[in-house]
Amino acid sequence: MGGAARSAVRGGHTSAPPPVAVETPLRRIVADFLSNPVAIFGLALLSLILFLALFAPLISPQNPYDLAQLDVMDSRLPPGSASPSGGTFWLGTDDQGRDMLSAIFYGLRISLGVGIASTVLALAIGLTMGLTAAYVGGRVEMLIMRVVDIQLSFPAILIALILIAVLGQGTGKVIAALVTVQWAYYARTVRGAALVEKRKEYIEAAHCLALSPSRIVFRHLLPNCLPPMIVVATVQVAAAIALEATLSFLGLGLPITEPSLGLLIANGYQYLLSGKYWISFFPGIALLCTIVSINLVADQLRDVLNPRLQR
Amino acid sequence: MLVFIIRRSLQSIVVLFVMSLLVFVGVYAIGNPIDILISPQADQIDRERAIAALGLDKPLWEQYWSFLDGVMHGNLGRSFVHSTSALGLILERMPATMELASAAMLIAIVLGIPLGLWAGLRPNGVAGRTIMAGSILGFSLPTFWVGLMLIMVFSVMLGWLPSNGRGETTLLFGFLPVSFLSVDGLKHLVMPATNLALFNLALLIRLTRAGAHEALLQDYVKFARAKGLTNSRVIGVHVLRNILIPIVTVIGLQFGALIGFAIVTESVFAWPGMGKLLIDSIGVLDRPVIVAYLLVIVTFFIVINLLVDVLYSALDPRIRLTDVKG
Repeated sequence: MGGAARSAVRGGHTSAPPPVAVETPLRRIVADFLSNPVAIFGLALLSLILFLALFAPLISPQNPYDLAQLDVMDSRLPPGSASPSGGTFWLGTDDQGRDMLSAIFYGLRISLGVGIASTVLALAIGLTMGLTAAYVGGRVEMLIMRVVDIQLSFPAILIALILIAVLGQGTGKVIAALVTVQWAYYARTVRGAALVEKRKEYIEAAHCLALSPSRIVFRHLLPNCLPPMIVVATVQVAAAIALEATLSFLGLGLPITEPSLGLLIANGYQYLLSGKYWISFFPGIALLCTIVSINLVADQLRDVLNPRLQR
Repeated sequence: MLVFIIRRSLQSIVVLFVMSLLVFVGVYAIGNPIDILISPQADQIDRERAIAALGLDKPLWEQYWSFLDGVMHGNLGRSFVHSTSALGLILERMPATMELASAAMLIAIVLGIPLGLWAGLRPNGVAGRTIMAGSILGFSLPTFWVGLMLIMVFSVMLGWLPSNGRGETTLLFGFLPVSFLSVDGLKHLVMPATNLALFNLALLIRLTRAGAHEALLQDYVKFARAKGLTNSRVIGVHVLRNILIPIVTVIGLQFGALIGFAIVTESVFAWPGMGKLLIDSIGVLDRPVIVAYLLVIVTFFIVINLLVDVLYSALDPRIRLTDVKG
C-alpha cells in the first residue's frame, strides 16, 4: 500500500526521474521466483500443461470419447502412423483406435481436475481444523492433533486404498479419499504456523480492540499463516495427481468413462509385453511432466516464501 | 521408559479397536460378496445356505462380536474365497513382502547415504547438483509407471530380467521361503526392489545432504578439524554420527511406508505378497481378508513407531521418552 502511494506522488511530479521499481512484497517474490532458470522452466511447462488441459476439446485432433470418430481398424497403430481421415497419429493409437495425443489431453484435464479439486477441499478442511486447534487449544487441539498424528503415521496410499475399499469406486469417492488423505498435512502445517503467529503483538492488539474471535482468526491469523500453506498445497496437488493415477492404475480409481492418465497407463499395461510401448509410455511422460513441473515450482516457492532465507 | 512403552501399547490397542470397528462397518456397507461368490444359476436354497455358512445372515453387531471373539483367540476370520484362515493367507504371503521391502530399503541405504554425503560435502559441484536433480526426479516419478518402464526396457527390449513372480525360492532356516539365495530368485528380485527403493533413495539423499550441509558449519566440526583429524574421520565419525538420528528415524518410519507402497510394486510385477492379496481381495469383496490385512498392517506400524521412538532415545541420550506425550 505504501508503495502504491509513493508511486502516485511520483507520478504527479512531472520533472521526476524515470520511476524506479518500488520494492513491494509481491514484486520481490516475483523477482526472486524468476531468478532461478529451473523454476522458470517449471513454470513454463506447468503453464503449457494447464493450457492443454483447459483447451483440450479445441486443440485435440479428435474427440477420443466420440465413438463415431473411432475405428477399430486403427487400433494399436505405432506413433507416426497416418490416420484414415488424413491426419497423423503422432503418438499412436490405443486398443480402441483412439488417438493417444487426444486421449492424453483429455486425461490431463481429468487428472488435474481431480488433483486440484481434492487439494482445494482438503485445504479448506485442513485450514479450519488446524486454525481451530491452534486458536482454541485444550482438549479440542489434543483431539484434532491426535487424529492428525495417527493418520500421518500411515502411508497415504494405504489410507486411500482402504477408503476406496470401504467407500466403493467413483469420481466423488476418489476425491473424498484424496481429501481424507491430505487434510492432515494442512492441519499440521497451519497449526504450527498459527501457534507462532498467535503469540505476536498484532494478535494481542486485535484482542485489545475486542475484535470477534472469527475476525481475528480469519482476517488476522489466517493471512499470516498462508505462505507455508501455499507451498504445501502446491506439493500436495502433485501428490494428489500421483495418488489418483496410482489408484486408477490399480483399477480402484476413476471409472472407465473418465479416463485419467493413470487409467490410460493401465490400459496399455497388457500391450507392453508385446512391445507396444506407446500406449503406456506417453501418458506416463505426460504424468511425469505434470508432477515434475509442479514440484519445481513448489521448490522455488518454498525458497522464495521462506522468511529465513530472505535477504 | 517402561511407563512410556506401556502407555503406548494401551493407546495402540484403542487405535486398533477403533480401526477394526470402522473398517468392519465400512467394508460391510459396500456390495454383497454373495453376488460375486455364487454363480447366478444357484437357486434360492443354495444362496441361503451359502449366506448362512459365511455367517452373513446375522446382524452386523453380532458379526462384529464374533469377529472380536475370534481376534481374542488369534483367529481373524476365514476368507470367503479361499475358505482358509484369513490370517494364514496373509502370513503365508508376508515373507515375500518383507523380502521385497528389505531389499528395497537396503538399496536405498547403500546408495542414498553415500550419495547424500557427497552432495552435502560439495553442494556446488557438478556431481552434487546432478545428484540433487536426480533426487527430485525420484520424488516425482510415479512408482507404478517406473515399474512398467523397467519391465519394458529390461524384460521386453533387452530380455535380461523376468517381468513377474518371485522365481525360485529357497528355504532360509528351513522355514522361510526367500528369493535372494538363488540366482533365479535374485533376477526376479532386482527390478521390483529397485522400483520400490526409488522414493526412499531420493528421500535419504536429500535428508543426508541437508544434515551434512548443516553439520559442516557446526563448531564441533571446526574443532575436530583444528585437532588435526583426517577428513575421513571428521566426516565418517563426527558428521555421520550426528546426522544419523533423523536418518534412522526416517529409515524406520519409511519401512512401514515401503510395505504400504509394496502394494503398487507387487501389482506391477505380480509379486506374490500381501499387497497383491489386498488388491485381489478388494476386487472380490473378500471382507475377512481386507479386515485382517488392515489389522496386521496397523499392528506392524504401531510396533515400528514404538521401536523408532525407543531407538531414538538410545541414539540421542538427550531425548527422554517419558517427556514425550504419547
